[in-house]
Amino acid sequence: MIRFEDVSVTYDGAPEPTVRSVDFEVPEGELVLLVGPSGVGKSTILGAVSGLVPHFTGGTLRGRVTVAGRDTRTHKPRELADVVGTVGQDPLSHFVTDTVEDELAYGMESLGLAPDVMRRRVEETLDLLGLADLRDRPIATLSGGQQQRVAIGSVLTPHPRALVLDEPTSALDPAAAEEVLAVLQRLVHDLGTTVLMTEHRLERVIQYADQVALLPSPGATPVLGPPAEGMAVSPVYPPVVDLGRLAGWTPLPLTVRDARRRAADLRTRLTDKEPEQHNSPPAAPTPTVPAARRSSRFHLPFRKRPAPAVRSTPAPPAEVHSLSVRRAHIQALREITLTIAPGETIALMGRNGAGKSTLLNALVGLVEPSSGSVRAAGAVPHRTPPRDLVRRVGLVPQEPRDLLYADTVAAECTAADEDAAPGTCRALVSDLLPGITDDTHPRDLSEGQRLALALAVVLTARPPLLLLDEPTRGLDYAAKARLVALLQGLAAEGHAIVLATHDVELAAELAHRVILLAEGEVIADGPAADVVVASPSFAPQVTKILAPQKWLTVAQVRAALA
Amino acid sequence: MSTGPTRPAGSRATGVPPVPATSGTLPVPTSTPTPHRRPTPLHPGAWWLWSLCLGTAATRTTNPLLLTLLIATSAYVVATCRPSTPWSRSYGAFVKLALAVLLIRLLFAAALGSPIPGTHVIVALPELPLPDWAQGIRLGGQVTVESLLFALYDGLKLATLLICVGAANALANPTRLLKSLPGALYEMGVAVVVALTFAPNLIADAQRLRAARRLRGRPDKGIRGLLHVGLPVLEGALERSVALAAAMDARGYGRTADVPARIRHTTTALTLGGLLGVCAGTYGVLTAEGAAYGLPVLLAGVTAALAGLHLGGRRSLRTRYRPDPWGTRAWLITASGVTVAALLTLAASADPQALHPGVVPLTAPALPLWPAAAVLLGLLPAFVAPKEPS
Repeated sequence: MIRFEDVSVTYDGAPEPTVRSVDFEVPEGELVLLVGPSGVGKSTILGAVSGLVPHFTGGTLRGRVTVAGRDTRTHKPRELADVVGTVGQDPLSHFVTDTVEDELAYGMESLGLAPDVMRRRVEETLDLLGLADLRDRPIATLSGGQQQRVAIGSVLTPHPRALVLDEPTSALDPAAAEEVLAVLQRLVHDLGTTVLMTEHRLERVIQYADQVALLPSPGATPVLGPPAEGMAVSPVYPPVVDLGRLAGWTPLPLTVRDARRRAADLRTRLTDKEPEQHNSPPAAPTPTVPAARRSSRFHLPFRKRPAPAVRSTPAPPAEVHSLSVRRAHIQALREITLTIAPGETIALMGRNGAGKSTLLNALVGLVEPSSGSVRAAGAVPHRTPPRDLVRRVGLVPQEPRDLLYADTVAAECTAADEDAAPGTCRALVSDLLPGITDDTHPRDLSEGQRLALALAVVLTARPPLLLLDEPTRGLDYAAKARLVALLQGLAAEGHAIVLATHDVELAAELAHRVILLAEGEVIADGPAADVVVASPSFAPQVTKILAPQKWLTVAQVRAALA
Repeated sequence: MSTGPTRPAGSRATGVPPVPATSGTLPVPTSTPTPHRRPTPLHPGAWWLWSLCLGTAATRTTNPLLLTLLIATSAYVVATCRPSTPWSRSYGAFVKLALAVLLIRLLFAAALGSPIPGTHVIVALPELPLPDWAQGIRLGGQVTVESLLFALYDGLKLATLLICVGAANALANPTRLLKSLPGALYEMGVAVVVALTFAPNLIADAQRLRAARRLRGRPDKGIRGLLHVGLPVLEGALERSVALAAAMDARGYGRTADVPARIRHTTTALTLGGLLGVCAGTYGVLTAEGAAYGLPVLLAGVTAALAGLHLGGRRSLRTRYRPDPWGTRAWLITASGVTVAALLTLAASADPQALHPGVVPLTAPALPLWPAAAVLLGLLPAFVAPKEPS
C-alpha cells in the first residue's frame, strides 16, 4: 500500500541526508509503528507518504515513494488527499473550520463529493468515532482527546486507504489516549485501513502494532519486522519490554496480559524482597529544613496549624489552605488543602481539565484564588512582585518555548542572571546540556534540550519550589531518563518538586507522593506506591504485571534481583 | 466574595438535575432532552439583509425617538434569537463602539463649534484666535443647546447604523455567510475564514507569553512587556499558519478541474468586460450627461461580471455540505427588513418634517405614529426565527 524504494531525503542546507536508504513496504490493512529515538527522521518519513516532503517542506527526495500506486513525485499532496489522510502532532493547527460537523465535511468538499454521499459519511464517521453528541460544538471548546478524534475523523471521511499519524496520543491523558487508540484499532480491524504512525509512548501503542519499522539511529536503514523482534533490539522500549529483557523472556511480551502470564516465576523470586525505597523522601536533613519539621511531613495536610508555633521555623516551600478557584463559571479548584515539604517530589495527576494546571498557576500567582489562601515560601504569589517571586517558586510551563524569548542561549542566560550572580545560568546550562554552544538559537534545540534550557533558566534564581507542567510531552525514553536523573538530583538538594503529568511511568519513577485530582478536588493524596497501585488507570506497567506486590519500576526490580 | 464549602451537585453541566431532597413529588425529569437537535438553520444572508435594511431605515431619519425605537427593535431580536456562540458576544462590543461614536460626535460639536445658529448658550468656552487663512474653522467658543442637539441626532443615526451591523454579526455566523459565496470566490472566502480564526489565537498567544514573562521574574505589564512578547507571538503565528497550510494542502485544498481553454478565455473576457462596464456605468449614473447610457451599461456590466463568476466556478471541484436553505422564514425575515426600509423611505419623502425634527427653534421631537408602527414590523424575526435550545 505504502512503498518506499531506496528513499533518502536531504533538506536544503543540510550537509547529509536526514534519512537514507529507506526501503520497505507497508502492506495493506496493517498498522505499522515507526519506532526510534528523537531526531532520527520519523516525521520526515511520515511526511514523505503524504507528499508534504518534499513538495511543501522543500529539500530533495531521492528514490520513490508510492501510495496506492501513485508516485508522490508526480502527485502533489492535494492530489493524494483521497488516498492518504494525515494528522499531525497538534490537532489544533489542523482545523480549518470551527465546528465539528463542518470540519468532518471539509476534506470531502475539497474533493468534490456529492452532497448525499457527504451527508452519509459524516453521519457514519460521527458514530464510528463517538462524536455524535459533539456535532454542533465549536472545536475550540473540545477536550484534547475529542479534538484528536475530530482530527482523525476529518481525514477519514474521504475514505483514504492509508492513514498517517504523528504522535496521536502524546498530549493526551491515559483515558483519552485509549479513546483514540480504540478508534484506530477499529479502523484497522473493521475497515481495513492501513495505518503508519509514530508514538513516543510505546507502552500505549506497541500492543496494537502488526509490524514495527525500527530506525535505531540517525541515517540508519529502517528495518521492518514483527513487534517482538523489533523491541528486542530497539534502543527505545516500554517498561514491559524492559522487564521482559531483564527476566530473559522470549519472545518478548508486549502487553501487560502476556507479561503477567509469564511473571509467576518472577513474582515468586521477588516474594521475600522489598522494593528499594529509592523514591522515598530523602532521609538526610537538607540544610534549609530543620529536622523537627520533616518528621511531621505526612501529617501536615490534616493538621490545624497553630499560628504562634510556626513563626520560629522557616515557611515550607508551599502551603495551600482550602483554595478554591472559579473561572468563567467553572469551578476549577475546590477546597484544596496541602503542604509541600522541602525535598519532596509530588506528582499531580488526573484527567485533562481536572485542575492540575490551575493549581500550578495558583502557586505561581498567575491565577488569583477566589477563596482560601496560597503561600509560596511564605509569600502570597499573586501579590508578590515577579522579581521577588522567582526566588520562591519557578514554573516550567507545558510549552517550555514560552519561557524563552532571546535569540541565543547566551542572551537567554544573561537575561536570567539578572536575578542571580553572573554565570549562574550558564553553569547550569553546561551541566544540563553539555555541548550546547552560546550562539545556538533556542528554536533549533530539540524538545528535550529546550526543556532543559527552560529548566536551567528557572533554576537560576534557586527557587525552593519547582513546578513542571507536563514535562515529558514529546520526550523520548532517553531524554526522559535524563530528566528523571536531573530531578532526582534537585530533590536530593532540597528542592521541592511538583509535576503535573499524565505519564504514569514518570510518576512511578520520581514521585514520593501522588495527588490525584478530579473535577478540581483532591481525591487521593499519599505515598506514590499506595496511590498508584490502588488505581487501575494510573498504575505503571510493572505494577500491573507484578501485582499484588508493590513494585513500581523496572529499576527497583533490577536492584532487588541483583 | 467567599463562596464557602458549598458543593453544587450539578454545577459541572453534566446534565444531571439535582434531585430535591425534601420534595413531596417524584422528581420529574424536566422535558426529556433531545440533545443537540439543531433547528432548521436559517440562511445567514437573511439576517444580514434584515440588519442592513434596518440600517438603511436609520439613515432616512434623524428623529431620536424613531432611532431609539430602531435600536430597541434590533436589540430585542438579538436578545431572543442569538445563538450561544462566541461570535454572538460581539453585539456588546458594537454597542460600546456606537456609544463611543456618539460621544466623540458630541465632543467635536462642543469643541469645534457647528454651523447651527443657536441662541440658548450653555457655556462659553474660551475661543482660540486663528489666523485669517484658517477662516471658517473655530476652536472653542459658545456651546449652544441647538448645536449639541443637532450633533446628538446626527450621531445617533450613525450609532444606530453601527448597532444594526452588530446585530447582523451576533445573529449570523460570518463564516457561514462566507460559505454561501459563489464557487469562484471560494478561495478568497477561505482566506478570510482563516484570518478570522487567527485573531483569537494571536490574543491567546500574547496572554500566554505575558504570563511566561511573569514566570521569568519580569513585570508582565507595560509597553516593554508587550514589545518583548511581540516577536515570539508573531513567530508562533507564522509557524501555525505554515502548519495550517500544510494540513489544508494535504486535505485537498486547491484541487482544480481541467477546464477547456475556450471556457477559460470566455471567463476572463466576461469578468474583465463586466467590471469595465460597471465602472463606466457608475460614472454615467453619477454624472449629469451620462444619465441616458449610465443605467443600461451598469446593468450589462453587472450581468457580464456575474456570468464570469458563474463560469469561473467550473474550475473549482468543490461541493457544499449541507448548504443553508433559503426557506420561508428567510423570506419573511428579509421581507420584514425591506418593508421597514421602504416605509421609512416613503415616510421621509411624504413627511420630512416629522422624520427630521428641527432644532432651530428648539422643539421636543414628536413620535410620528405611522413610521413608528412601520419600525415595529422589524420585530417579526423574533417570532418566526428558530430558537436555539438554551
